[in-house]
Parts: sequence; structure tokens; C-alpha cells
Amino acid sequence: MLSAEERHEIEEELKRYPSKRAVSIDAMKIVQRRRGWVSDEALRDIAELLEISADDLDSVATFYNLIFRKPVGRHVIMVCDSVSCWIMGYDRVREHLTKRLGINMGETTPDGRFTLLPIVCLGTCDHAPAMMVDQQLHRDLDAEKIDKILEQCS
Amino acid sequence: MEKVLTRYIQPDGVPLDARAYERAGGYESVRKALRMAPKDVTETVKQSNLRGRGGAGFPTGMKWSFVPTGPNAPRPKYLCANADEMEPGTFKDRLLLESAPHQLIEGMILAAYAIAADVAYIFIRGEYILAIERLQKALAEAYEAGYLGKNIQGSAFSLEMYVHASGGRYMCGEETGLLNALEGKRANPRTKPPFPQVSGLFGKPTIVQNVETLSNLPHIINNGPEWFKKLSKSEDSGTKLYGVSGKVKQPGLWELPMGTTIRELLEEHAGGMREGLAFRGVLPGGASTDFLTAEHLDVKMDFGGVQKAGSRLGTGTMIVLDDRTCPVGMVRNLEHFFAQESCGWCTPCWSGLSWSEQLLTSIEEGRGKPDDLEKLEFICKFCAPGNTFCALAPGAVEPLQSALKYFREDFGRHIQAQHCPWR
Repeated sequence: MLSAEERHEIEEELKRYPSKRAVSIDAMKIVQRRRGWVSDEALRDIAELLEISADDLDSVATFYNLIFRKPVGRHVIMVCDSVSCWIMGYDRVREHLTKRLGINMGETTPDGRFTLLPIVCLGTCDHAPAMMVDQQLHRDLDAEKIDKILEQCS
Repeated sequence: MEKVLTRYIQPDGVPLDARAYERAGGYESVRKALRMAPKDVTETVKQSNLRGRGGAGFPTGMKWSFVPTGPNAPRPKYLCANADEMEPGTFKDRLLLESAPHQLIEGMILAAYAIAADVAYIFIRGEYILAIERLQKALAEAYEAGYLGKNIQGSAFSLEMYVHASGGRYMCGEETGLLNALEGKRANPRTKPPFPQVSGLFGKPTIVQNVETLSNLPHIINNGPEWFKKLSKSEDSGTKLYGVSGKVKQPGLWELPMGTTIRELLEEHAGGMREGLAFRGVLPGGASTDFLTAEHLDVKMDFGGVQKAGSRLGTGTMIVLDDRTCPVGMVRNLEHFFAQESCGWCTPCWSGLSWSEQLLTSIEEGRGKPDDLEKLEFICKFCAPGNTFCALAPGAVEPLQSALKYFREDFGRHIQAQHCPWR
């Protein structure tokens, strides 16, 4: 079931568009912000509120890179793998992260602390290589900097 | 040089609030435009020769003139700011969004007034967290100051403006894909015609403009079309945000006169190549533009100049290839991006781009076959304009077709040696 706050926030979004389904992505993001991901149950609840089928909403959910349909760790690391970061050392960043965390891209650490994902160009190419951890952008990465960032994540 | 787009940007990048922005001359153009007829605003923009800064370079005033006007025009009409900056190697709109949000809002009010739009959306990347926060704050201030909402500055013109943070997909930057995403659907492209100016968002007349394009508008209205033309060093008007990334001494972003040469950007602004590295080529306007090489260094970075050299100005943010970086690896990275971000709607794109990625991967990993290059060339033709629904696949093969032309020997060395010479 959607919480009262989730429902309220989605209803606020509905005021900004002439159709209910227009808020599909916003609604899934509202739920994901609180729960970390969008479960089948949450998907059905949102679809019902927006008066579209759950399958239809799932086809939207799976289209977008930032909607998670599987559980993620407490911290989501998104590493830019696009061209400027690739030139400036993406491979080194990826290797360091996978070694430190003991997981591959697309996986979550067994303690549920980190999920590691690739992301497309983060638009900070003059400070490559870059990654985002949760809401925070980190630039000009090297091994030392990455270790410090990881330490700060509980 | 006169600063235009970066005029309001503070050294620390923190944007001016509405009051400070007004004191610096901000929102003056709104008051001026509200005293003009909407068609005269369009006419001024037409005369300025402002061309879209998102990549395609379509004349802005002309785009507006396709929107139906008058009492019988369909309502509501919509304006969308395309702030979905996802072209790899492009980092220019981020600056305008994070550090001059009021300038964008001001430009959007002008565009909305010209086409009599009722509602405006800022479609922004979900990853641009800081920009989203700052835009939300600026929007609240603009409503508070009477620049948005009902009867703006006491006039008959009303406009609502909202931020939509994207779910994330390169296709959202394509005009009609963006409209589908705003309607809560997959960002597949739409058939044209009908063009969005006539039937766009929710089936109503809609204009979609890039952030940098919109941010130019207040200055054009304030200072006039002739002033705007004189800012440039070329046939194309105004200034441009140019960026350089890759292994240069000082990667960065600069506002310079339109028509600044590649050499000037690379040598004077980016400080030249890093010690011990040599320049081999450049994607002049983001990932979906053809490579240019050392013979093109004196090409002017404007729409006509880059086109004549065989590439596109695109977003004006260039990515430099050095001699220690493998061109095959670079192109493989690019095609991986395009194959992944293809929406899958039309066959040349979903099939051709993933095939190109497979071929490039096998060449890079030492499993390439002599006829792989012909297959890659076939894919470039297969994905050419006219064969696909939108510009994604034609753009995707631009760096590939030009790499096959300029770095053919390097591809051959990979296949002969069954090994990447750079590893």
C-alpha cells in the first residue's frame, strides 16, 4: 500500500499535468526515494492510482535508467562509463571499486551497503573520471579519493 | 569579450537570487517584451539569426513561427526546455542550470510569450541534483516576484512553469522522445509530421528548446538582433559555450564568440596536449559527431564551418583523442553507449548499433576478421538518415564512419596482430 505521504506527493504532481499517466515516472521516483526501489507491489499500487495497467507501467519503469526494479544497497554508486571518463581512466576506477567492494557492476555487497552501477555521461567531462554516490557527484577520481568516499558511507 | 550567457555567473557558481538578479539587470527583458506584440518578439529573434544550441542548429525564430496563433489556435500550448544534457562529452547546460537558473526562466518566459504558451516544463536529467534544487528555488522566487503565474507583471499574459526530473535515458533528449517521456511513456520517437509545433505535448502545439538557446533570449530582447550578430566571428550569431575534455592540460568550458577555431580552443584555452602526448583527432561537438583531425585545426566552430569540414558543431563541446588512446577502443565505448541508449523502436538502430558494438569489441579484443571493416561500413550506411525514425542512429555512426576513414590503419593493425597495439 502507498503511504499517506507518498500518495500526497503523487497527488501534488498530478496537479501539474493534464493526464494521470503523465506522472508515471515522478510517482515511481517518489516511492523509490523512500523505499530504495520499486517492488511489484508498489508498481501495482501506483498503476491503480494512475488508472493504467501494471504491465504498462512496468514497460515505462524498465525503460528508464534511474528506476530500480530490484532492491539496491543503502548506497548506490553510479560510475560514469562514457567517452571522456573512459579516456581519463574509467577502467582504473571500475577495477578499484570492484576490487574494494568485491562485487561486479550491477551487484550489491552481501552486507547491503553498496550497489555498483554504470551510468552514462554525468556532464562533468572536464573533471573526469566521475561518479555519483546517492545524490552526490564526485569528480577527478583516483584510488585515494574513492577510498575516502567509501569510508564516509555507513 | 563581452560576456553574455555567463554574465550573471558568480565566481563560486552560486546563482543570484531573484532580487540580486533583478538588480544586475535580470528580468528587464520580460518587462520590455510585455510591451511588445508577441509576433514582434518572434520577429526580433528571427532577425538575430539565433540557431538552436542543442545540436541540430535549427533557426529558433523560424521554429516559433510554425506554432498556430490567434483566437482559434488550440490551447493550452506548451513550451519545454530541453535540459536533458546526456550527449557524452557535453557539460555546458549544467553550468547554465546550476549557476544562472533565473536567466533560463527569463528566456522561457520570453519564448512562452512569443508563442502564447500557457504551461512550461523544464525537462532535466534526474542526475543533475544540484541544478534541480537550484531551479526549484529560482522558480519559487520567480512566482513570488510576479514573473510567473497569473497576469505576469500586471499584463494579460499568464504562465505556469514546472520542473520534471527525468527517469534517465538518452532518447529523452530527442524532441519527440522528450514529449513522450513527459506524458509518462517510454521515450520512443514519434512520426513527423505532425511536427510538435502543431501537435506536440498532449497533442497540443509545443516548442522544445535547448537550455543554452533559451538563455540567449533575454540578451537578444534587451540589446537587439544587430548587437547579437556582432558578438560572433562568423555568419552564425552570438557567443557559444565551448568545452574541451580529454587529455589536454586544462580541460574546461568557456564562453567565446561563435566561430572560434578548434586550434584556439585547444591551444589557448585548453592549454594544448598534456606533456608527452600528441593530438590525433577530435569529436568537435559531442559523441555523435564525426572525427576531425590535425588538418582541420583551423576550422571555425560554427554551424557552417564544421559542416564544411565533414562534421557537425553539435553541442560545441569537443572530446580530444590523443596518441596513447586507442581509437578502436574509443569508438567501441561510443557505440556501446548508443547501442545501450537506443530505444529499440526501429531496426537499423537496435540491430545495427549492437552489431557494431560486437564487431568493435571483437576487433579490440584481438578476434577481428578482415571483412569486419566492410561490415562496419555497411552498418554506417544502414543507419544513415532516412533509414531510421530519429537522429540517434545516424548520429551514432558519425564517429564510426569517420574513424574508419581517418584511423583505418589502426583498425587494420588490430586485425592483423589479433591484439590491440595500445595494450
